[in-house]
Amino acid sequence: MSTTTVEAPTEVAAPEPFWTRQRRFGVALVLLGALAAVVFGSLAPSKDARFTLTQEAEGAALSINGQFGAVLFGVLTLLAGGLLVAGLLKRWSNALLVIGIVTFVLSFLCWQVAGQFMSLEDTLSGTMDLALPLVLGALAGVLGERSGVVNVAIEGQFLMGAFAGALIGTMAGSVWAGLISAAVGGVIIAAILAVLSIRYLVDQTVVGIVLNLFALGITGFLYERLMQPDAAKYNAPPQMPTWKIPGLADIPVLGPVFFDATLLLWIALVLVLVIHFALNRTRWGLRTRAVGEHPTAADTVGIRVRGLRYLNVLLGGVVAGLGGAYFTLVATGSFTKNMTAGAGFIALAALIFGRYTPFGAFGAALFFGFAQKLAFYLSAINSPVPNQFLSMLPYLATIIAVAGLVGRVRAPAADGLPYIKS
Amino acid sequence: MTAETATEKEPVEKETFLNVFLRNLWSSNSVTVTALSIVLAVIIGAVLIVVSDSAVLAKFSYFTARPGDALDASWTLISSAYADLVKGALGDPQAFSDWMSGAGTWQNAFAPLSETLTYAAPLVFTGLAVSLAFRGGLFNIGAQGQAVLGCVAAGVAGFTFGLPIVLNLIVALIAGALGGALWGFLPGLLKARTGAHEVITTIMLNYTAGLFLAWLVIQQGIQQPGRSDAISKVVAESAQLPSFGGVLRVHLGIVLAVLTTAGVAWLLNRSAFGFELRAVGSNPHAARTAGISVAKTYTLLMAIAGALAGLGGATQVLGTAYALTPSVAGNIGFDGLLVALLGRNRPWGTLLAALLFGALRAGGNRMQSFTGISLELVTVLQALIVIFIAAPALVKAIFRLRAARAAGLGVSPAKG
Repeated sequence: MSTTTVEAPTEVAAPEPFWTRQRRFGVALVLLGALAAVVFGSLAPSKDARFTLTQEAEGAALSINGQFGAVLFGVLTLLAGGLLVAGLLKRWSNALLVIGIVTFVLSFLCWQVAGQFMSLEDTLSGTMDLALPLVLGALAGVLGERSGVVNVAIEGQFLMGAFAGALIGTMAGSVWAGLISAAVGGVIIAAILAVLSIRYLVDQTVVGIVLNLFALGITGFLYERLMQPDAAKYNAPPQMPTWKIPGLADIPVLGPVFFDATLLLWIALVLVLVIHFALNRTRWGLRTRAVGEHPTAADTVGIRVRGLRYLNVLLGGVVAGLGGAYFTLVATGSFTKNMTAGAGFIALAALIFGRYTPFGAFGAALFFGFAQKLAFYLSAINSPVPNQFLSMLPYLATIIAVAGLVGRVRAPAADGLPYIKS
Repeated sequence: MTAETATEKEPVEKETFLNVFLRNLWSSNSVTVTALSIVLAVIIGAVLIVVSDSAVLAKFSYFTARPGDALDASWTLISSAYADLVKGALGDPQAFSDWMSGAGTWQNAFAPLSETLTYAAPLVFTGLAVSLAFRGGLFNIGAQGQAVLGCVAAGVAGFTFGLPIVLNLIVALIAGALGGALWGFLPGLLKARTGAHEVITTIMLNYTAGLFLAWLVIQQGIQQPGRSDAISKVVAESAQLPSFGGVLRVHLGIVLAVLTTAGVAWLLNRSAFGFELRAVGSNPHAARTAGISVAKTYTLLMAIAGALAGLGGATQVLGTAYALTPSVAGNIGFDGLLVALLGRNRPWGTLLAALLFGALRAGGNRMQSFTGISLELVTVLQALIVIFIAAPALVKAIFRLRAARAAGLGVSPAKG
């Protein structure tokens, strides 16, 4: 979606060049750090916050006094912000930013976990579980949007994929048939999106939104007509097996999450690398980017703009469909109506927050997954912090990112514009 | 459209009247395409009904031997489903004759119509919220979030202030409008000040609003005393939109909706701001050159659109739901999007589209309980209608292939 600027591009927060991006980040971090040190520090009980390595409450753990930790990490956030504001260590400004954010989160955790325990393995695996469909959905978005087709139908592709995976998986009695049909389910929605927006020049956002409702309706309809009356026959798909890699799976924390996992996790991780490489290093990638930025120029040098867009949107359908498979073939054992519950839109948020790049989308998906996992954790330990506000984090972060309050996101120039060959 | 037909008919004499009439009907896009889209959606819906019915499907297994069985069963199923849809939306002839003969009450005869209007009322508001913004060149996907905030503000005002009758209702409605306006103002301001695309910001604000509502209804002072589930206190009776009561759920909201439609039509076509927003909508650069502040227009426009959607939420709470729950706004915002598209972003068109959607929804309820066809079919029908409307060339391609080439927005793609 092209972020057309209205009036003169007003960098509201930065009237003078003194306020560089780093300095603004710095000020934000200083404020956050002060908040963390004072508020979190004073609220935190002076008990140990234990971060256990395994799932159990006992055993090896990183432990710190909650109050001390909250203050310490808050001060560290403040320091990182101070360095940014002062303009010191300019070469490390991105690292400082990351340190600032991480220490802020740690300060928050010290406050919340004090007197309790938090399993690092459980947190990481929960984060990966929640992030997995987001990664795949966001990658589908990358494929489409980098070639200039806005895809707000990720949610619909998820639903279709989840539904097709459950239905065919059950009928064929094979999880692999389910996985393939989930991809086909995603492709069906992608194909409608592609034909309507590329061939019939319908507004891409309109098509996407309507397709979401279409997918919601048709999966809900067939669910109530087929799956609900006879769940055993239509809605009991076999689950994806977890494969354990001997040796590697014994690494603490990381091992059980990454090396005792389903194929889908590995597919997602590999796809991040493959799509990143392909976009930046192959002929297809160069052409995709050219078509997304300046289709007329691309056409002039003989690239088939529409053909490439069809290809990319359909490939995106495959990827998003696989993301849908996660819901029925990995996370739960059956399809339910509207089971994706907005995950497709968080994937869209991850895509935008990740600046339309595979690595960025992956990072954003992990961040959003972590925020959600944290929300579950907080409600499980009856934290006074309402988990709904943590669940809002992905959406708010995306708004802040597109508004350019902290580093503007730039969409591909021709994103959302149909190409009409003159 | 009829005027066009009449004027263009005269100069051509060689062709037969029927030919000319059909050609003109064909070229007048909106009515024909709308009608054909509805027909197509109904046909696809019929296919879905048959395909998802195992009893009928079983008869298709011996289709070659006795095709009559399968066709008969399909026809029975489809016709009874759609008959229930119509009866649930407009009225059951049986109920009318009962009323005439004195066996039934007039309330029962008009109950379906009342349901249609009840479902249509909030959709008119959310539809207007989307279509007005559209005319200013903004795609307001945030009607859902704005409606949610409208629900929240109207609901809270409705059970908090305890004002006298009439006044309480007015205050609650205004609160709803303000709540929605705030949620529309934010993306408008961001668009005007930073260029943040409203599609993205409003999508994100939709979910933020939903989560906020989910949090709010379980807070002390909001949650209904004595309840452990997520439901708020009940709106004071003086703040509820008056209705007939009993089976006739239709309330004052539909009257307000019609008045608001007239207001929006006036705003759009007769007021200075309407002129500005249409100018900005058709070409922001030209509008800026002409001295119109695009930023101000965007901000104000989104605030007004938000207020409209907020009113939609308010009618939902004050007219039918009477208490806040996490799903109180239902899907009215997203449905409003479809309604606006179907109404071609014109105020009165939006009103008609909302009535159609309300009718489908009301009929769908009856279809679900009488024929056992899931209400979701209505969602499918609605989405299909709008998909076809959005792609007129596709509809024409389906009904007559050669016309599609000519109608394809003047585009002849190089590749097939």
